Amino acid sequence: MEKQYQLRLYIAGKTSRSITALNNLKKYCEEHLKGQYSIEVIDLLINPQLAEGDQILAIPTLVKKVPEPVRKIIGDLSNQEKVLVGLDIKQL
Amino acid sequence: MAKNTKIPKIPRTPKLAKTPTGISGLDEITFGGLPTGRPTLVCGTAGCGKTLFSLEFIIRGAMDYNEPGVFMAFEEKAHELATNVASLGFDLRTLEEQKLIKLDYVHIDKSEIAETGEYNLDGLFIRLGYAIDSIGAKRVVLDTIENLFSGLSNQGILRAEIRRLFQWLKEKGVTAVITGERDGPSLTRQGLEEYVSDCVILLDHRVIDQISTRRLRVVKYRGSLHGTNEYPFLIDEDGISVLPVTSLNLDKPVSTQRISSGIRSLDTMLTEGGFYKGSSVLVSGTAGTGKTSVAASFVNAACERKEKCLFFAFEESPQQIIRNMKSIGMDLQKHLDKGMLQFYASRPTLYGLEMHLVAIHKAIRKFKPKIVVLDPITNLITVGSVSEVKSMLVRLIDFFQSEQITVMFTALSLNTIVNEQTDEGVSSLVDAWILIRDIESNGERNKGLYIMKSRGMPHSNQVREFVISENGLDLVDVYLGPEGVLTGSARMQQMLQEETGAVLHTHALSRKDREIIRKRTMLEAKIESLRSEFESAEEELNKVYVEEDIKKAVMEENRKKMTELRKGNARDILPTKKNRK
Repeated sequence: MEKQYQLRLYIAGKTSRSITALNNLKKYCEEHLKGQYSIEVIDLLINPQLAEGDQILAIPTLVKKVPEPVRKIIGDLSNQEKVLVGLDIKQL
Repeated sequence: MAKNTKIPKIPRTPKLAKTPTGISGLDEITFGGLPTGRPTLVCGTAGCGKTLFSLEFIIRGAMDYNEPGVFMAFEEKAHELATNVASLGFDLRTLEEQKLIKLDYVHIDKSEIAETGEYNLDGLFIRLGYAIDSIGAKRVVLDTIENLFSGLSNQGILRAEIRRLFQWLKEKGVTAVITGERDGPSLTRQGLEEYVSDCVILLDHRVIDQISTRRLRVVKYRGSLHGTNEYPFLIDEDGISVLPVTSLNLDKPVSTQRISSGIRSLDTMLTEGGFYKGSSVLVSGTAGTGKTSVAASFVNAACERKEKCLFFAFEESPQQIIRNMKSIGMDLQKHLDKGMLQFYASRPTLYGLEMHLVAIHKAIRKFKPKIVVLDPITNLITVGSVSEVKSMLVRLIDFFQSEQITVMFTALSLNTIVNEQTDEGVSSLVDAWILIRDIESNGERNKGLYIMKSRGMPHSNQVREFVISENGLDLVDVYLGPEGVLTGSARMQQMLQEETGAVLHTHALSRKDREIIRKRTMLEAKIESLRSEFESAEEELNKVYVEEDIKKAVMEENRKKMTELRKGNARDILPTKKNRK
């Protein structure tokens, strides 16, 4: 059975860095996880109370809630290698 | 021209606003508190009380100054913090429910974080901003923000972001406390002091000779005066108390009221009945000379006057003192039961000198005594050097004076030569100094007491013998004979001798008296015999007179009879007489 990926991307306003991150994420997902992922974008400027729940410090932060284990990737996700390893899509 | 030159008026800039911390003593050192609306760095080694310091800042703000606060913890979880401070009597949960405090635990787990590319810490800013806005916080604590460095690897970004964070906090106008771990020569591991430059407080926890002392120092306080010394502080059930060690002025109120020393004969030596109220008295002497007894009788007298006393015992336990004093006719237990007397016994080695000072301060502020006894101060030497003890006592005396508390110290002289032993150097600080010394002669040891000094009053210069009996303490005049000072049995002997002399003297006197009486009796007897002699002579003379009179009367009678007889008729005599008339 294929794994279902639940991804959350925390951003703070539509900054260029946020947009870069989102675009990078979408690109990787389309390449590697087609049809088995969902992306939720949370803008902390709109919902600041959500920052505490996932222990968000840095912006942007990508949180992989499912499948376990929980992983966080911070930064603009420009390094594809690191993102894929971080999401346990690609083994080192 | 000088007339026309006008000195431009320099606009008066407002003084730096300060936020009181509510931590007892710290606001005195900083003359009001931490700089309002600016970050303050509190740094120190592990276990020096940084977290407690910052937490108390928040709690006091919420409870006493109605300033809500946010506590952002990077180390301990919220419930751990709540448990930790519950032991200090602070109820974090209730404060949190009242929206006076917000705890936010920031967890960073390096194992679940991967970094790729550029990022910033907006998430943290937003969290903090949200927390501040949700309760209208005026105070913020970040404990310990350096933990970010262990969780995130891009130092360049972190440093820039932390700098931005402090700037942002300033803009927010919150008074912030940032804690930092001290590491080696630099104040904080990551050099936070570079970013926080307004106020830096250093906490320290030192162990010298196996005794630990916590100290606090204001390293820097931009735009404000502050005490620069290292101040000892204490963490106990009431939180942190910092002790401002020296007050700079000598303008304490003084009293001319006298209070009894509890030994009547000593009061008379001091003229007008005792020590000045609010003065400091030192009782020094060699071992076993009765210093504690002097102190106890001072306390006993005060308790009987209904003045509260606090007895700091550094040598004996309270029970021991009560038992021992009972043997010389003093019942301290009843004062203890009435609450007039309180003992505070602690081993000097329990903690450092400064801690003792803080503890003494606290005990005094709590009990508010009029009389304080420290018995003996010399035992404190075991936890500090002579100069340290001296500086502690200076501050203590200073404190007592400002509180108008009469204090009696006892000190053990280790040296029998009086002038060489200066009793921890406090003898120059105290107002009165009573010295008890051994007088050894004729194979016995007796105690001599004299007043070395007593400021501002005439006092006896005599050495008195100090006698402790089951009836209490007393001073007896010593005998100054040709062989020197006589004490003990020599004095008794002298007294007996004088008593014999007195008896002999009285005897001689009474003999003389009797002689006089005898002489008088003799004389009186003589007078009596002379008088009777005179009386008999007088009688003899009188007899002649009487005989003469009788003879005269008889002759007269006879003559009349003769005349009558010549006239012949006795019956005619009377009518004849009648006729003649």
